[in-house]
Amino acid sequence: MGQSCVHCGEDCGKNPVIYNEKPFCCHGCKTVFQILNEKELDQYYRIQPMSGIKVENTDIGDKYDYLDNEEILEQLLDFSDGGVSKINLFIPGIHCASCIWLLENLHTLNEGVVHSFVNFPKKTLSITFRNDEVSLRQIVELLASIHYVPEITLDQLDKKEGKNYEKDLLLKIGVAGFSLLNVMLYNFPEYLPGGDLLEDLFIKVFGWMSFILALPVVFYSASDYYMSAFKALKHKMVNIDIPITLGIFTLFVQSSYDIISGNGIGYLDSLVGLVFFLLIGKWYQGRTYQALSFERDYKSYFPVAVTKIVEEKTISIPIKNLNVNDRIIIRNQELIPADAKLLKGNANIDYSFVTGESMPINKKEGEIIFAGGRQVGSSIEMEVIKTVEQSYLTQLWNQDTNKKDTSTRLNSLINKISEYFTVIILLIGFSAGIYWLIYDSTLAIYAFTSVLIIACPCALALTVPFTFGSTLRAFGRNGFYLKNVDIIEHLYKINNIVFDKTGTLTINSKVKTRFIGSELTLNEQRIIKSVCAHSSHPLSVAIFNSIDIDDLIEIDDFKEIPSLGISAIVEGKKVNIGSRKFVSGKNETETKATNVFVFIDDKILGHYTLGNIYREGLQEVIHGFAKDKKLYLLSGDNDSERKNLEKYFGTETTMLFNQSPTDKKEFIKKIKEDKNNHVLMIGDGLNDAGALMESEVGLTVADDIFSFSPACEGIIESSKFGKLYNFINFSKISMRVVRASFVISFLYNLIGLFFAVQGILSPIIAAILMPVSSISVVAFATFSINYFSKRKI
Amino acid sequence: MSIIVVLIIIGIVVAGGFLGGFIWAVKSGQYDDTYSPAVRMLFDDTTTPDIPTEKKSSKKTTNKTDNSIETNK
Repeated sequence: MGQSCVHCGEDCGKNPVIYNEKPFCCHGCKTVFQILNEKELDQYYRIQPMSGIKVENTDIGDKYDYLDNEEILEQLLDFSDGGVSKINLFIPGIHCASCIWLLENLHTLNEGVVHSFVNFPKKTLSITFRNDEVSLRQIVELLASIHYVPEITLDQLDKKEGKNYEKDLLLKIGVAGFSLLNVMLYNFPEYLPGGDLLEDLFIKVFGWMSFILALPVVFYSASDYYMSAFKALKHKMVNIDIPITLGIFTLFVQSSYDIISGNGIGYLDSLVGLVFFLLIGKWYQGRTYQALSFERDYKSYFPVAVTKIVEEKTISIPIKNLNVNDRIIIRNQELIPADAKLLKGNANIDYSFVTGESMPINKKEGEIIFAGGRQVGSSIEMEVIKTVEQSYLTQLWNQDTNKKDTSTRLNSLINKISEYFTVIILLIGFSAGIYWLIYDSTLAIYAFTSVLIIACPCALALTVPFTFGSTLRAFGRNGFYLKNVDIIEHLYKINNIVFDKTGTLTINSKVKTRFIGSELTLNEQRIIKSVCAHSSHPLSVAIFNSIDIDDLIEIDDFKEIPSLGISAIVEGKKVNIGSRKFVSGKNETETKATNVFVFIDDKILGHYTLGNIYREGLQEVIHGFAKDKKLYLLSGDNDSERKNLEKYFGTETTMLFNQSPTDKKEFIKKIKEDKNNHVLMIGDGLNDAGALMESEVGLTVADDIFSFSPACEGIIESSKFGKLYNFINFSKISMRVVRASFVISFLYNLIGLFFAVQGILSPIIAAILMPVSSISVVAFATFSINYFSKRKI
Repeated sequence: MSIIVVLIIIGIVVAGGFLGGFIWAVKSGQYDDTYSPAVRMLFDDTTTPDIPTEKKSSKKTTNKTDNSIETNK
């Protein structure tokens, strides 16, 4: 191990880049250090040492040309007036205190920046700048140069500022909390010994004060529950919000009657407490990951603009203005936005976004290239044959967007229980009412309302938010992020798991290299490594990395022949590395594996075979799942890896190869035909997008959770893949905790009902029972989940 | 006993003030980001946008000494 890079903390290897006597892993990191040092921003490294971001590709070029386009600019800027503009940029790289400090000192790097402000959980930077001093393009390029590369995508263009749900909820909680504390204060004297001796005046004052304070709680704070109950009734369904609404209304009507008629001060403290606790539960389960996006569509991947050729001149146009027959230029590392025909240039298309396969595919002039591929190498010229919306991939993506309708969600345990619960409570209430109608009619209505009041399923309603909310957090701490709490229950039901191969089970960036042929001497290895060092083709890089020699030698006459191989003269010997045809002149044999042949001086030494490297922990994951679930494997590749896969999956598992994105989707649809099958799809690339949507739960394996993932229900950090089985299995524990909590809350309900049916439910019993039941259920749920999560994940 | 009524009124006014403060805090976005303000207050204000250029060079030296002290710690 060498030294750690001063900028990003990565291992510098054996030949660190030295600047100012400090080691750096690469020139990119050194440059950032230099910029920051010149501008006296070196405090950056003191706030949190080695906090920098390593960026592989620092070549910006004219990538951000489009930011000069007026139309795009207008859509991106939040506001622009009087020479001052404001923009919000999403920067996935924001990760520590140093980032905040540096980004908020952006004005030191560029005088045109008036103000910059970081929102850490959202990972956004809002920048106010003077138009006449700096353009947006310059700001973005500046950010990119210090490795805080902003992500500007198509879906930001038509952003819709939705209602701020979280703020709304906080306000409701605030109002409910305010009322709760005061109402409790007014009701408290009632509960003390001798409370009945209270002067009439006070009972009246306290009663009316409570009433006034309860009004905003009933009509504002709790309003979401009525809406939800109303919606459920409209669809002829029962959810947990119906008994809650019933309880709230009965409490309010009964208490108002008591207060107005001067009979007492009612149950308003219980009512307000109930709403407060419910809202806290809602808030707890709703706090998810703001910076993660689970709802991506193709717009999140596609660039904002593309370079179009008009009368031999190039202009940058927004992608949505792209028409059929337009001629476009795609530069190195740019994404092809629409299905297009290759006109000129040498296309090496990297479909790793689409298929997870990182080896570029060579295309010839006249061939049609599907959208979603990334060009590697020199610029190419293409003619658009389909608009963005009609391209093959976007079509696939946009199919049945209204998948996973609410019907599956309404099958959840809590709603099923609510159904029975509501019916039973109403039955008990009516029978108690009828019983008292016969024996003591003055108590009839009171007994009925008491039942509805005490049965109000506060504890029941809190169970799920707190159990699943805690589970969600425990998962998040361990690198597994779910869209919302409902997914946990779906995970529990899963009995079929479909895996994608490339990028999901295998590590994209790494390949296993093995040399077949006569053993290479040290010098031969050195020659091979030296030649490969000059090529950026993934295969060259893979071979380069596999040879552990430090001192490289000079080579002459290096040539890279696209899609064939590389050649050079080393120490007077001719070296050819590449495909069989290139090296030996013979035609390719029918091999399925990727082979790279090596020719030095006058003979072929042999070839490298490149295979996949499987993720760590795959064995345990498969072994765990195989116990009680049916496994499938779908791969877009050929079956050259079948043998290796059988080592993990066994020979019984269905493995399908050469599967197109549509095939994958159809396959899942077929499994789903049996209503008892619940399918989990684990994938990574855009080619899985359809399958991920079609499955009940779609999980994405991602190296960088903030940047790339198709629409899905959950994202797992690729380094945590080995824990996948533990995660899915933990959903069982969560469900057990939910059931146990249900039992606890039912016990409290039974105690309450015991008083209620006798018509002796006093406000004090309600005031004690409700918070006690809620708090004990919440405590039980949270503690047990935290306890188990430490042991089982 | 009527003093209780006065106390209640005072109580509700004070609590109402806090509620008002809370609503203001929520509306002005203070709960949007609960991480960075805590970090932000610890930053030094050594780099300000309009330091004259002469000062800059002298700053550099002081900054460097700062740096060495920091690392010595």
